[in-house]
Formats: sequence, C-alpha cells, structure tokens
Amino acid sequence: MGGWAIAVHGGAGVDPNLPKERQEEGMRLLGRCVDVGISALRSNIPAIDVVELVVRELETDPLFNSGRGSVLTENGTVEMEAIIMDGPKRRCGAVSGLTTVKNPISLARLVMDKSPHSYLAFSGAEEFAEKQGVELVDNEYFITENNVAMLKLAKEANSIVFDYRIPAPGTVGCAVVDKEGRCAAATSTGGLMNKMRGRIGDSPLIGCGTYACELCGVSCTGEGEAIIRSTLAREVAAVMEYKGLNLHEAVDFVIRNRLDEGKAGLIALSKKGEVACGFNTTGMFRGCATEDGFMEVGIW
Amino acid sequence: MGWAIALHGGAGVPLSMPPENRLPREAGLRHCLDVGIAALKSHMHALDVVELVVRELENFPHFNAGKGSVLNTLGTVEMEASIMDGKTKKCGAVSGLTTVVNPISLARLVMDKTPHIYLAFHGAEAFAREQGVETADPTHFITPENIERLQQAKEANRVQIDYTQPMPREAKKNAAIANGDSQTGTVGCVAVDSEGNLASATSTGGLVNKMVGRIGDSPIIGAGTYANHLCAVSATGRGEAILRGTVARDVAALMEFKGLSLKEAAAYPVDQAPPGTVGLVAVSSTGEVTMPFNTPGMFRACATEDGYSEISIWDSPIKVSN
Repeated sequence: MGGWAIAVHGGAGVDPNLPKERQEEGMRLLGRCVDVGISALRSNIPAIDVVELVVRELETDPLFNSGRGSVLTENGTVEMEAIIMDGPKRRCGAVSGLTTVKNPISLARLVMDKSPHSYLAFSGAEEFAEKQGVELVDNEYFITENNVAMLKLAKEANSIVFDYRIPAPGTVGCAVVDKEGRCAAATSTGGLMNKMRGRIGDSPLIGCGTYACELCGVSCTGEGEAIIRSTLAREVAAVMEYKGLNLHEAVDFVIRNRLDEGKAGLIALSKKGEVACGFNTTGMFRGCATEDGFMEVGIW
Repeated sequence: MGWAIALHGGAGVPLSMPPENRLPREAGLRHCLDVGIAALKSHMHALDVVELVVRELENFPHFNAGKGSVLNTLGTVEMEASIMDGKTKKCGAVSGLTTVVNPISLARLVMDKTPHIYLAFHGAEAFAREQGVETADPTHFITPENIERLQQAKEANRVQIDYTQPMPREAKKNAAIANGDSQTGTVGCVAVDSEGNLASATSTGGLVNKMVGRIGDSPIIGAGTYANHLCAVSATGRGEAILRGTVARDVAALMEFKGLSLKEAAAYPVDQAPPGTVGLVAVSSTGEVTMPFNTPGMFRACATEDGYSEISIWDSPIKVSN
C-alpha cells in the first residue's frame, strides 16, 4: 500500500440502452482524464492541484454534465456549481449559480485560496470571478444541442430529470491522493435537468457531495436529495474514523445502508493509496489508477 | 424520556456586556423558550416547534437572523436558513434572501413544496413570491446596531469574526464597544417531542461585512444543521470551522458509530475546533439536552419535560480560551 492514486467519475445512473458510441466516448474521456492525472502525480504535483486539473478537463469537454455540456434549468439556461476540498486541513472552496465562468472548479479554488470565505454564489460569485480575472464566456457557450433536446423532453414529461427514460449526463468528480499521502476531492456539475432557477444540489455542499480529510477523499453523484440527507461523502470518512472500517468496507457500508430509496454512487480513495467506488444505480461512469500500475475505466 | 427543547442566539459573546444589551436578549431567549415549551406541551410535532421558535428568533431584532441580520459589505442583508426532520431526514435550505421576513419558513416550504432541497438568491426570492410568504422591503431587516457594526468592521478592515488574527488595538477597542453583541450570531432550535420525533432549524444573516453571495454553515445540512433518529443539532460560530468539522453531522455520527452519549458526542467536535469558534445545542431522542461551546459565551436556553429550564449566556462547562 501507499503511493498515489486517482479516481474520476462522470455520473451515476446510466441508461442501460445508452448507444455504444456514447459509452465509448465517455470511457475514452475518463481514460484521458486519468492519464492527465497520472502524469501530474508522477511529476509530484500535489493532490489539490491534480483534482483541479482533471476536473477542468471534464468541464471543458461537453460530454458530461459540468461546465460546457451542463444540463439546463427550467429557463433553458445553465447554472453551474463546483467544490474543491483539501484533505490535510479540510479547507474548501465552493461556488454555485455560475453562468459565465468557463471553469467553475477553478473559481472554487480561488474562493478557497483568495477569499476569506468558503462558499460564494450567484452574482457575488460572478463578481468575484470578474475581479479575479478568470476566463468568462457567454452563457450560450455552455449550452449543447443535446441538452436543449433533453430539456424539451423533460418539460414534455413534466419531470425533473433523474429518470432513466430520459438519460441525462452526469456530474463529474475526481479524488486524488498524492505521494505524500495528501487527499483531495473535487466535484463539478450543472445540476438537474429542468431544475428550478436558484436550485443548489449536493455537489457543492461540503460533507454531502464532496469531502476530503486526512484519511480519504470522496466525490459523489446521483440523486442530490438522497446524497444530502445521508451526508454521503462525510459518511464514508466518518465510518472510517469512528468505526475503524477500511476504505472498501466504508464505501460498501455507506452505499448499502445510507441511501434508503435514494440512488447514488461515489468514488473514494484513502491516504494509503487505496481506491474504491460504490453505487446502487445502474452503472456509473468511472475510472481509476494507482501507482502500482493498476488502471480501470468502466460503466457497469 | 419526554420532550426537550434547546435554542441558541449565537456563540461568541464577549465576556462582559452592558445590561442594556444583555437584558433584551435574555428576554428574547425567555420568550422564545416559552413559545417552544407551550408548543411541545400541546403536542405539536418537533418540526413545527423548531420552525415556530426560529421564526420568533428571526423576528427578534437583537439576534443575527431575519430582522436584525448583520450586513454584507454592501450594507444589505442576505439571509439563509435550513431545517431538518430527524425521522424522515427530509430537509430544506435557503440562501441569499433579501425580502423574506421568515427565512426558516421558506426553507420549510422548499422542503415541503419543491422537489429540491436548497434554493438560493433570485430563485429563492422568486419561489417566495410564488408561495405568497410574507415579504418586506430590504430596509425592514436593517437595524442601527448593524449599520454601526458594519462601519466598525470596515474600519478594522476585516470580516468581523477572525479570532485568530491579532487585532489592531483600536479595532479591538471598537469591537468591544460594538455594544458587546454576539459577533457570531445565528439562531437555532432543536427539539424532541413526546413521540420522540427530532428536528433542527438554524437561521442567520451570516458574517458582518461578508462578500456578496457568501454562504456560511447555517444552510448546509451536516454542518450547521442536522437531525436523525438519534439527535438534533444546531451549530453556531465561525462558519469555516463548522463547515470543515461538519459539526452537526459529527455529533450524530459519534453517537451512532462510537456509541457516545449525547453530551460526549456534542463535546467532541466543539473541543476539536479551534478555541473560540464553535457552539451548539443538541437534544437526543430520549429527551437529553446539551449546549457546549468553546467561545467565551453563547446565548442559549433549554427546557425538558421534567420541569427543568435554563437561560444562560456564559458559564461554559468546556474549556474556554480568549
């Protein structure tokens, strides 16, 4: 044990009928992101920088539900949120309600490093972005044809989409432990298709969608409500800390016992370099690698 | 066994406070406690009780929630709140409210009337209008004390809650003069009713001189607020410390995973947090109450079915450091 490790995800709850090309596209993207992470880790870049780097890749690619490619609100616009957390001191930065920031995860990082606060949202966050000089674009930049079509479907079905009949792309996340045993986690998302304006999900809420501490780093995806109610990410760390479970036991315990009827998944890794993932959904886009050469990308 | 209730009006009270500032707050705590006791005695559900009590605390202009909320750097009010039902673990949260008279009630509506848990800023305000909740002009919430606090914070040029930074002497003096009020107010209430249902609610205006759009710990489930079948917790103090420590959740986790008693479980995250940053109130399903804090004081009150009741500001049972 020991050594670096990285895990990424592109959303839990995958349509079993998702066309092969889409499946492969997703796996290729995750594979590429894992590679980006591996190179960074091999060059001794700290965990906190690696997770930001990897999530930026995922945000920039329009395939998953973050940054460009984010799902749409009921108004047809994009409102993004993200969070980054640094295990050793449990510092964090989170943002919600972004409409023009090209890489939400980087703004979250700036909140953590350059502001006296942990969480900024909506116009206050956009103002901060402007002051920090991050790259800003029009809201249209983030909107893809795919998502416009899906919003239409969702409105016809009159549902908020967490519904396999209308497959929606997933939240993205990354957890990393570097050679020094430092854990970090980051999550980024456009939220729920057809969501109310102003709706905040689980992803940017520390302890719910994302968590990192001395012991581990966790990023979750799935039904926001279920993840919040079960404070899913914190739960993994809490059972390790207070019940003495190892990473795999913790992930297993939490997925089995904490979700009730909720559907969700997560990736997690420990300071010892172990990687685990768990989900009670049909599939979760994920990839991981460890220093000893193990690497895997999968959905089911 | 039996019902129990605990409420707070903010941790971080300085060691001395002139009577003209202390007495109205004590009166406020007493009034809100009485409201809660009466509600529990009439068999109101814990969730309704905590909402009711926090509404009272929000309406009270001397606490940092609803009317009397501290001001952000622009001199306006941005309120947030969250509520959680221990039995179902359903929850609701709001942030960035500027016109809603009772943020906690809007949080309750988000929980009951939307498919979401958390609404913020323009979306939350729009929802408030749809729901027809009571709104007021933003100036309704602003009090002279808070205008003064903001001014002092700007003069000291810092967000008014940084205990770890050495304060320039004049600023220290100013802060002490700042009517000796809680620098880290937030209000909250936890209750267990006679059926054993637990609930928690927290509401705040946040930090003096905060950046526009800043969200703290109060609306974050697991940090400022949490309730499950074992206990209900509402925390107050320095947002960062409560967030990092996922304080409210940890109390329950310690009871569940380490078998600690309510008192032990509640003391732990408070002890672990940097001195002067955290306080909380908590009740258990069996009717116990605990109110630990590591700040010089915390406005608080509690009562249990066996007739015990308490209103306090200082006298911390846990180590305190300035």
